Amino acid sequence: MDHLSSYLVLSAILFSLGLYTVVTRRNAVAILMGVELILNAANINFVAFSKFVTHNLDGHLISVFIIMLAAAEAAVALAIVLNLYNDRGHINVDEANALKQ
Amino acid sequence: MNLNQIMTDLSYFIPELILTGILLAVIVFDLFQKAETSIRAGYLALGGLALVGIALIGQDVSVPTGIFTNMLAVDGFGKFLKVLVTIGAMLVMWISFNTNELKDRRVGEYYVLILVLVLGMYFLVSATHLLSIYISLEMVSIMSYLLSGYLKEQIRSNEASVKYVVFGAFSSGILLYGFSLLYGLTGSADIFEIQAALAAGSTSPALLLLILIMVLVGFGYKIAAVPFHFWTPDVYEGAPTPITAFLSVAPKAAGFAIIIRFFNVTFSSTGNPNMEAWSALENMNWQAIIGLLSVLSMTVGNVIALQQSNIKRMLAYSSIAHAGYMLLGVVVADQTGVAAILYYAAVYMFMNLGAFFVAIHIKNAFDTEDIEDYKSLGYKAPVLGVIMAIFMFSLTGLPPTGGFVAKFYIFRALIEYGDMYFYLALIGLINGVISLYYYMRVVKAMYFGKIELVEQVHNAPLNITILLVILAAPLLLAWIVGDPLSAYAQDAVHFFIK
Repeated sequence: MDHLSSYLVLSAILFSLGLYTVVTRRNAVAILMGVELILNAANINFVAFSKFVTHNLDGHLISVFIIMLAAAEAAVALAIVLNLYNDRGHINVDEANALKQ
Repeated sequence: MNLNQIMTDLSYFIPELILTGILLAVIVFDLFQKAETSIRAGYLALGGLALVGIALIGQDVSVPTGIFTNMLAVDGFGKFLKVLVTIGAMLVMWISFNTNELKDRRVGEYYVLILVLVLGMYFLVSATHLLSIYISLEMVSIMSYLLSGYLKEQIRSNEASVKYVVFGAFSSGILLYGFSLLYGLTGSADIFEIQAALAAGSTSPALLLLILIMVLVGFGYKIAAVPFHFWTPDVYEGAPTPITAFLSVAPKAAGFAIIIRFFNVTFSSTGNPNMEAWSALENMNWQAIIGLLSVLSMTVGNVIALQQSNIKRMLAYSSIAHAGYMLLGVVVADQTGVAAILYYAAVYMFMNLGAFFVAIHIKNAFDTEDIEDYKSLGYKAPVLGVIMAIFMFSLTGLPPTGGFVAKFYIFRALIEYGDMYFYLALIGLINGVISLYYYMRVVKAMYFGKIELVEQVHNAPLNITILLVILAAPLLLAWIVGDPLSAYAQDAVHFFIK
């Protein structure tokens, strides 16, 4: 694996799987896992481009920041989902429809 | 980058440093408060924000500068929006002291979260690097998720925040993937270098279009433009109303700031948005795409708003429509267009905060959010009725209010830009007429129809009346005494360029 294209294909597959998960799953935690896949696809892109295209550390740096932000976002998102569970007893986003009239 | 450079850069960073200090101080202060006295943390936050505002207004931006290796820009454009956001946050804190929704609960962290949100928006309006754009966008988003779910024992509030977090995380993921492709394509994460690479190289238009769409998903979600608006009505209805009011103006203005800065630099042919003759990249017609989003936002927002009976939900759809009007200015993207957006954002902040604040007070006093229940309000509470009518006229864009002037500037920028943009202005005008119906429904409920017998005139408490007058006065003054605000907006169109 020392070609840029192999990394890009890997990241494209991860991105597609993430997109598919977000669109099809109704469980809030599963959707968040799909989002993590998308973020990691972007991470792979950044690191691969950094190694093969720009030959500097910019991309590595960005992906470290992304990992940190993804953790922060997941912490907040899980707290919010937990709160939904406490109120409803489930975490199905399709049935969260108290706001629809 | 050596130590001296960092010290010089820090001197451009004083408002942000003060804000960071204040918000840490508020956290510590809140630790020593009981739940019933935690409102004092709010007073401290408001006072601190005033201090930050003063530091901000005193900041000299006559020479636009890039700080921290061009991660952030300090320029007139950023300063205008930072001042706007600060004023908005202060007004929202003021109404938060008076809303029943937050009574009898611990509110220290509520004000801390607002301060962090403000800090995030400071970064967002000045970001000039893909990394700083992403970090500040996330900072704004995560705080918004938390604030919209603040009433955590209410099902509506936490459902709002679940929807917000799911949509938000998803669209920022797409944005990030777009950024990673852009980074690979151009070999840089600095928006000026990206522009140089795009203008020099012959990049594939199809790939560029893909990147553009991915970036638009992220930014469009922040400003609630159609088709990235699905979260808006639910979040706006479920969140605590002061937060709804804040989300509908400040993060939206910051979102527009980053759209303007990013598109005006990255996708322009010269990379210099300060020049009179500004044009888009040759091999990409992004203005048409933005025009399409704008037409969709205006039309969908207005048409769905017609059917709403809840005032918060109605204002949510109206805010989607207003994002559409402001996007018309982005289509033009030259100096007149940007000045028109800045003016619109300022006026919109006053009128929309005003409308929401009246709704908050009505909820406090009469416990209703239903437009039907505004019946005879003009007689039951005369002062409130007149002020609400001013906000409604202004949101519609009728003279003699600031809303009319703001729409006028946007349409003028469009027509001056070129003949074919006349049709966009026409669509905007037709949409203004559609919106007349639902704004006037509120006025009609207040003044016309079967009038209930009024036993006792209701007067809002003095501090709420003062707050509402502060918000309504500029809308009328914009018409009467010429327009200092418009002059500020024109002066503010001054970007940092590398």
